[in-house]
Amino acid sequence: METADHMHLIYIILAAAVATFITRIGGYVMITQMKRIPPRMEAALNAVPAAVLTTLVAPAFVYGGWDATASMAVAFLVGLRFSSLWMLLAGWLVVMAIRHFGGF
Amino acid sequence: MSKDEFLQGVRRGFPIMLAASPFGALFGALAIDNGFSIFDAVFMSLTVYAGASQMVGIELFNHRVQPWLIVLSILAVNFRHILYSASIARYIGHFTPLQKFVTFFLLTDPQYAETEKRGESGLAVSFAWYLGFGTIIYVPWQIMTLIGAIFGQMIGDPKAIGLDVLLPIYFMGLVLGFRKRDHWLPVVAVSAAASVGAMHFVGSPWHVSIGAIAGVILAACLPLKTPAEEPVTLEHEV
Repeated sequence: METADHMHLIYIILAAAVATFITRIGGYVMITQMKRIPPRMEAALNAVPAAVLTTLVAPAFVYGGWDATASMAVAFLVGLRFSSLWMLLAGWLVVMAIRHFGGF
Repeated sequence: MSKDEFLQGVRRGFPIMLAASPFGALFGALAIDNGFSIFDAVFMSLTVYAGASQMVGIELFNHRVQPWLIVLSILAVNFRHILYSASIARYIGHFTPLQKFVTFFLLTDPQYAETEKRGESGLAVSFAWYLGFGTIIYVPWQIMTLIGAIFGQMIGDPKAIGLDVLLPIYFMGLVLGFRKRDHWLPVVAVSAAASVGAMHFVGSPWHVSIGAIAGVILAACLPLKTPAEEPVTLEHEV
């Protein structure tokens, strides 16, 4: 690989690292500049984890293929009663069963 | 620093490390496939340390997309971290500046979720606990990237061994863990619909930011359930 090309990529990675760090510290910097947290903003902040993590789940459920959908549906039911480790195990067993013994 | 709390964090992070490891290896293998050297792949895991955005980065790099657009896309995928660091501010006010620097560098999805859970349950979020949790995920992430890069060809199809469903299921478990919060169901429903729609009409990675913002705006607009109290001041909490 050419040296110039390689340095080019290193700079892109470094810029990506800085951009990522800015997103990781940015919210803290913004919120500590404010003296009070308005109740509506607190309600919004409380909704952040569920809102964000749902976006990493729902499209995979809809577009991931029916084997992934079935696996996630079973994992969901398991998750209503048991910890996430059991969810992972159940979902993995379902998808493996479908892919290896389903004959599809 | 308390060794006990460090080890508590390590134990807590251990299953997450197991779930994330295949993705570290997968990233390493895909990076090689997309024209990265082994050094580049590990360098990216060491400095960026954000799995989904690393995957986006190597994909765009392979398509010879302009550098500024690659960096902007990584910024977009990681935009949710702004919300994380705002949200955990109330638990880490007592950290030193150097500890805060490390804290934000290690702030991944599971790191955020577990910190939030621990803070909410009333347990102290100490730097030792946070560092233990982060270390047991960060260090293996580098090792798995290296292994994946070296043995890239040998992993084959991650679907054949069912790896592709583990991450969404893990995230689903985290979502369920927050189900006692105010307006959880409408927020999840709106974020789900918005992210699926955005995936269809706009495409990845925008479905993450669009879906998240839809749910958060909804939460800010819905009637406040808890009786109006004095607005929380940060000074009281640190």
